[in-house]
Amino acid sequence: MIGLNHYLILGTCLFGIGIYGVLSKRNAIAVLMSVELMLNAANINFVAVNHFIRPDQAIGQLFAIFVIVVAAAEVAVGLALILSIYRHASSTNLNDFNLMKW
Amino acid sequence: MFDLFSGSWIIVALPFAAFAAIGLFLHRWPKAAAYTSILAMALSTLWSILIAIQVFTAAPGQVFTAAVRWLEMPGLRVDMGILIDPLSAVMLLVVTIVALLVQIYSLGYMEGDPGLSSYFAYHSIFAGSMLGLVLSSNFGQVFVFWELVGLCSYLLIGFWFGRDSAKEAAKKAFITNRVGDFGFLLGILALAVLFGNLDYQHLAMRLTDYHNLAVLLPIALLLFAGPVGKSAQFPLHVWLPDAMEGPTPVSALIHAATMVAAGVYLLARAFFIFSAVPQAMYLIAVVGGFTALFAASIALVQIDIKRILAYSTLSQLGYMVMAMGIGAMTAGMFHLMTHAFFKSLLFLGAGSVIHAMHGEQDIWKMGRLSAKMPVTTWTFVIGALALAGIPPLSGFWSKDEILLGAFSRGHLFLYGLGSLVAFMTAFYMFRLIFVAFFGSGTKGSHAHESPPVMTWPLLILALLSVVAGFVGSPLLGNVFGKYINAPGAAHHEMNIAIMVVSSLLAAGGIFLAWLIYQKEVISHLELKQRFASVYEILYHKYYIDELYARLVAVFIDGSARVLEWVDLKIVNGLVNGLAYFTGWSGKQLSYTENGQVQTYALYLFGGVLVILVGAVLAVYYTVLA
Repeated sequence: MIGLNHYLILGTCLFGIGIYGVLSKRNAIAVLMSVELMLNAANINFVAVNHFIRPDQAIGQLFAIFVIVVAAAEVAVGLALILSIYRHASSTNLNDFNLMKW
Repeated sequence: MFDLFSGSWIIVALPFAAFAAIGLFLHRWPKAAAYTSILAMALSTLWSILIAIQVFTAAPGQVFTAAVRWLEMPGLRVDMGILIDPLSAVMLLVVTIVALLVQIYSLGYMEGDPGLSSYFAYHSIFAGSMLGLVLSSNFGQVFVFWELVGLCSYLLIGFWFGRDSAKEAAKKAFITNRVGDFGFLLGILALAVLFGNLDYQHLAMRLTDYHNLAVLLPIALLLFAGPVGKSAQFPLHVWLPDAMEGPTPVSALIHAATMVAAGVYLLARAFFIFSAVPQAMYLIAVVGGFTALFAASIALVQIDIKRILAYSTLSQLGYMVMAMGIGAMTAGMFHLMTHAFFKSLLFLGAGSVIHAMHGEQDIWKMGRLSAKMPVTTWTFVIGALALAGIPPLSGFWSKDEILLGAFSRGHLFLYGLGSLVAFMTAFYMFRLIFVAFFGSGTKGSHAHESPPVMTWPLLILALLSVVAGFVGSPLLGNVFGKYINAPGAAHHEMNIAIMVVSSLLAAGGIFLAWLIYQKEVISHLELKQRFASVYEILYHKYYIDELYARLVAVFIDGSARVLEWVDLKIVNGLVNGLAYFTGWSGKQLSYTENGQVQTYALYLFGGVLVILVGAVLAVYYTVLA
């Protein structure tokens, strides 16, 4: 029988893969995709917890939809930034950029 | 009828009011300032005389008190009050009369001084503070006026602040007094902690069944530190001779009626504390006796007319303190009173001489003043005879009573010491007189007698110096002793032998001075050469000032240097080190900011992890364990 723990383990794995991608990928687009993975890991948790703890209310489901909406907006902004930075430096390799240095 | 006693706060208020009026309104009109001050003082004097008449016509032992609450907290109550008993009545008389005469005299002496209004303002507040001190009913109040007296002495000693020596002397007086006052304050605080009340009468009552000497001894010694400073006892005597830098009437006021009298008065006031501790009494007697001898020996060789008088004051104060110490409180107060009259007379006389000599104070540069200044000369001689203790002048009776007290209580050593000092006193006073007034110097021939405004106070004081002694004379029943008495202080029958011995000693001193300085049978120059080393030591006042300067240099400057090092190296080092460390660590940590967004993300993740682990552990240990 598949219970809450299985979903939570799945979420954790997804989150770990996302973190790994964010921290190690050199390509900015890959980093953006990893961020999506992390967001979806959170979504899985929301939905699963909602289902197993308070099945009579849909707050978790609703929150997951909000997250998806925010993620879509974020991806749009992120991709726009990457495009603009690519035009500026002809690269999407994050190692090439240290504009935030002290 | 309006009650004299309950209105007696006006005696204190009047001089203060005069001070305020001069300071606020009359500063530009010196004459008006002077007359305001004198008028206020005259009213205070009148009131004091009326009070004294009432007190001394009533039966002995009656006390008037009135008090309002000043501050109260759990375990401590301090009042502002008035205490009138024979003791304070005598002091009121002495202070007001001397202060009034000195102020009148100052009209002539200080004429034309640019700071005349300030001078009279200071004079007023000085007299007011002293009167407040006299009338105080408790230690808290007395301390306030005590400090005010110290402040006023600073202002008046440094009155001619254009002179460096005057400034230095004023500072010296103030700081030296501070040393004594610190002990005094500690003593008062100890009393407050112990009894929760500072009222004299209350304390006197409580002390009758309090016999813990281990506690009382330090308190008595601390309280004694105050009089040691104010009444200039060894080792805090150094300020008094230097206080001669002030105008001469100020010296008269400080040395006779205010300031130095405050210390002895306090000893009498708090006699119930001291007399409960025999060890403290013994120390007081020894300090007083030593100061008397010590100062008299210095006075033997001084050449400045005011300094001779200053050391004589020191010596006489030593007498009074010694009297307190041997338990002869009545005799001490009696001597304080007679001394106030003849010493202010002597100082004002010296002022008259200095005035006539245009500021010359060296007795060897005077001479033959007797021909030109008859009033000054003869009043001065009366004062000196009284000081020397020639019967029947006032000094004889009071000094004799002290010697009698010492003798009949078995303090034979102190009796001998006192007699020796009496001899020396007579000698140095008449050395001064023979040299300055009858000497062969010719400088004095240009002198002129002072104006009547200066000679009248001299005449009045001379009269007082002659008659004041009779109130305590055993021949007339010793009225003084009946009123002013301490519980347990035994009365002594007069002793003809002691009287004769002390009179002979005084006469002997005068005769010796006459031989050396008038007839010149014994050459004083030869004496000086033969005992050159002794002369040098005495002339330099036993090098006490130099010793203090050295001690200050070693201890104060030394500790200042150590503290400066601590401040610069340790305190500053700590602060500077902290700043340097902050800068350095910031610099090092700035290298972690490499601008890579992923590095920052890593830090963020690490931070979240730390918080998470911490939260989990906290929950685990608080809830589950």
